Amino acid sequence: MLGKLNWSSIPFNQPLPMIASAVVALAILAILGWVVVKGHLPYLWREWITSVDHKRIGVMYILLAMVMLLRGFSDAIMMRMQQSVAFHGGGFLPPEHYDQIFSAHGTIMIFFVAMPFMIGLMNLVVPLQLGVRDVAFPTLNSVGFWLTATGALLVNISLVIGEFARNGWLPYPPLSELAYSPGVGVDYYLWSLEISGVGTLVAGINLVTTVLKIRTKGMNYLRMPMFCWTTLATNLLIVAAFPILTATLAMLLLDRYFGFHFFTNEAGGNMMMFVNLIWAWGHPEVYILVLPAFGIFSEVVSTFSGKPLFGYRSMVLATMAICIISFMVWLHHFFTMGAGPDVNAIFGIASMIIAVPTGVKIYNWLFTMYGARIRFATPMLWSIGFMVTFIIGGLTGVLVAVPPADFVLHNSLFLVAHFHNVIIGGVLFGAFAGYTYWFPKAFGFKLHEGLGHAAFWCWLVGFYVAFMPLYALGLLGMTRRLQHYDIPEWRPWLIVAAAGAVLILSGIVLQIAQLAVSIRRREQLRDETGDPWDGRSLEWATASPPPAFNFAVLPVVFGEDAYWRLKKLAADRSWSDQEPEYRAIEIPRNSPTGFVCAFFATMMGFALIWHIWWLVVAGAIGAFATFVVFAWRDEDEETIPAEEVARIDRINRAQRRTMLSGGTAG
Amino acid sequence: MNILDPQGPVGAAEKTILIDSIGIMLAIVLPTVVAILAFAYWFRASNTRAQYWPDWEYSGRIELVVWSIPALTVILLGGVAWIGAHQLDARAPIPGSGEPLTIQAVSIEWKWLFIYPEQKLATINTLTVPAGVPLHFELTSSSVMNAFFIPQFGGMVYTMNGMVSRLNLRADNPGTFKGLSSQFSGDGFPDMNFDVHVVPSEQFPKWVQAASNTDKSLDQHEYEQIAKPSINHQQTIYRLADPDLFFFTATQKIPPSPGSQAGAIGVAPPAEAADAR
Repeated sequence: MLGKLNWSSIPFNQPLPMIASAVVALAILAILGWVVVKGHLPYLWREWITSVDHKRIGVMYILLAMVMLLRGFSDAIMMRMQQSVAFHGGGFLPPEHYDQIFSAHGTIMIFFVAMPFMIGLMNLVVPLQLGVRDVAFPTLNSVGFWLTATGALLVNISLVIGEFARNGWLPYPPLSELAYSPGVGVDYYLWSLEISGVGTLVAGINLVTTVLKIRTKGMNYLRMPMFCWTTLATNLLIVAAFPILTATLAMLLLDRYFGFHFFTNEAGGNMMMFVNLIWAWGHPEVYILVLPAFGIFSEVVSTFSGKPLFGYRSMVLATMAICIISFMVWLHHFFTMGAGPDVNAIFGIASMIIAVPTGVKIYNWLFTMYGARIRFATPMLWSIGFMVTFIIGGLTGVLVAVPPADFVLHNSLFLVAHFHNVIIGGVLFGAFAGYTYWFPKAFGFKLHEGLGHAAFWCWLVGFYVAFMPLYALGLLGMTRRLQHYDIPEWRPWLIVAAAGAVLILSGIVLQIAQLAVSIRRREQLRDETGDPWDGRSLEWATASPPPAFNFAVLPVVFGEDAYWRLKKLAADRSWSDQEPEYRAIEIPRNSPTGFVCAFFATMMGFALIWHIWWLVVAGAIGAFATFVVFAWRDEDEETIPAEEVARIDRINRAQRRTMLSGGTAG
Repeated sequence: MNILDPQGPVGAAEKTILIDSIGIMLAIVLPTVVAILAFAYWFRASNTRAQYWPDWEYSGRIELVVWSIPALTVILLGGVAWIGAHQLDARAPIPGSGEPLTIQAVSIEWKWLFIYPEQKLATINTLTVPAGVPLHFELTSSSVMNAFFIPQFGGMVYTMNGMVSRLNLRADNPGTFKGLSSQFSGDGFPDMNFDVHVVPSEQFPKWVQAASNTDKSLDQHEYEQIAKPSINHQQTIYRLADPDLFFFTATQKIPPSPGSQAGAIGVAPPAEAADAR
């Protein structure tokens, strides 16, 4: 009846995950209880859960990413603590638990923190920057989000029911095959990523279509803000690369569930085929994460420098070059498989070539700051922190692209330090810059600056204290994923690294405090103008938070930095008081399709993991029925009457007029 | 374990390439970092002496330079990578005194088996090699993937079941060093270490003779016992009774060894597992 599921599936004998999940469960129940008692449930259902508004979906993506960041960071700090005490001994985490923690840390941080954070920011901002009312496929967008949430939920269920994968964030066979990983851990990993991978793919399709097909009048490709370009490149990569991931994991599932032999030791299976395929997705994935961050930094550096982005066309070229070359370098992840020198050298050089457009980007940001008037608001601090940190990560990255250097550094803590250097210093700093930069757009008030600065410094210093020792440890021959060790020279460095993790923790605490304080003081921090940073692109041309239809009248674009031009024009000629002619606007109706679909997907995923076959069938039928019901709906749009549009827009126009006559547009 | 303190020509060459590459890149990276901080400081909004060019967004000359600098660096480093990858190809034989010594290494959950086919010896978790003599390693795995790595000798290569990978090294100075697996392979992975004893080349035959006096002998039956998962297996020396052991493992005439089931949750009952096959 319940497949493999029984009472022994719950690890009662492991206090750490039990206590942790009990605390989380209590917290969730408390929040749910508060929502129900206060009567917020109908509001949540109507305005958020069933919302197909790209801004709301973007916010929910980011919220998911932040919650999962806490989970991923708990894993991280446990690993740092374990390694700092596990000299000559076991530490406090037994191997079977430690191995789950590093696997979950990587999986969560990549798939459920970095990805949703970036997709959330793109969802929130890109339609606004393009000057349009919505994305191409609003309901599909909601489905994509909720399927991502399903994946995250399944990973966290594994904490309480069963176990998570114990073979790293990429399950290299044959270790991940049934013969060597008989438990449900790998199945949790595989089904979570199969389901959330579908979510990511539809998000990618949606955003590619949006950028290619839905732009306001005059928004040519070469007038789009840089973030739209990197969004296009990123989502092209998603559309091209994620099917590889889905197919590869499906092959491993066939091995595990039906006794196929794609990657097994026996019957002609080949583990290196998995390794090749997974990195054919995995390397583009690196750029799926970092390209949106590059876009965010371009926006932020230009805005806070009070200058257009230096070398815009060159940046576009660099972005698209990275997009293409990123598919041609995957072999550098396994130079040590024993391939010949020609293969290694060619992939090594191809990997270095990516450093050229990346270097160009750094120099263009540098020259954007030349002749600028830089305001050091929190997003700008993250950007400068990024530029310096990312260069170091780039240096060590090019170093491990040199095959002979990789022969001694592969799989070492040097490598771990390198990819954290680029993922924290690049992707996460970018996410935080975007979060502080666009928060006032999403909610109508700024985040507290003082706490933002403090959080930035804790993160920056914490990062260096936590990861520079790992470079040293890599040179001392320490390999990754060690639950304990016997080499005395390693210990001091590991203790310093643990201290760095504590510093990062204080950064996270400060960020939580920043959010809490900002919400309490939202009246003081309110921004009435919709343009708190003296912005340059169209998202700042509408109210904060923007109305459901984004723009009462679609803007017309005459060049790059569209809103900046508009402001200059207004300052030169004195603001035209003439009110535009308002028309009724059609917006897509909210739909529970995404949520219901994800509900059945969760059911199906869980049932597949535990071999509860009747529930698999029930979940599959439910998900398909949801789709059919959605496809046969009669009304898919609702109309906002012209008077309502006019009423909403007049409030914002009044504020904006005051701002512009104040002359802040300079 | 320090890879910056290499004990043989491969490790030394890899260290040189590592240091040189860092040097080449620092020549570009350091000025860039300084420029970032300097520009950010000088062009701060409160600095009234800094000029403000609100519309400056393009300079063909600067564009040319910013594309050229990384491109030239990469051309230089690409040359280093091409030459280095060829000179330090793991499969290429390296010079040394005397005939190369062949050692066959098998990664087993979670220990290392070393076979000396010419000396008719086998050891577990301990490796004794002569100084100055080229070492020719043939590597395979009894089950899951691992990587064979002696940090101070240089170069690591994966071990895979059903395949043989090759690695050529040389140790120049007598002493005791550490070797390890550098590809995660399961619960016992942190203990997959071995000692490498480098002895002067004239003493190596004596070690072989002494080791041959062991009363333990390694045949296929004994191998199958060893191949079961175990953590922290003690160092052992065997006479090699079956010379084809490595060949049989690498070609799967001896089937891949079973994995550990310890600690797994949600294992299918045997009946269902049989159905799935």
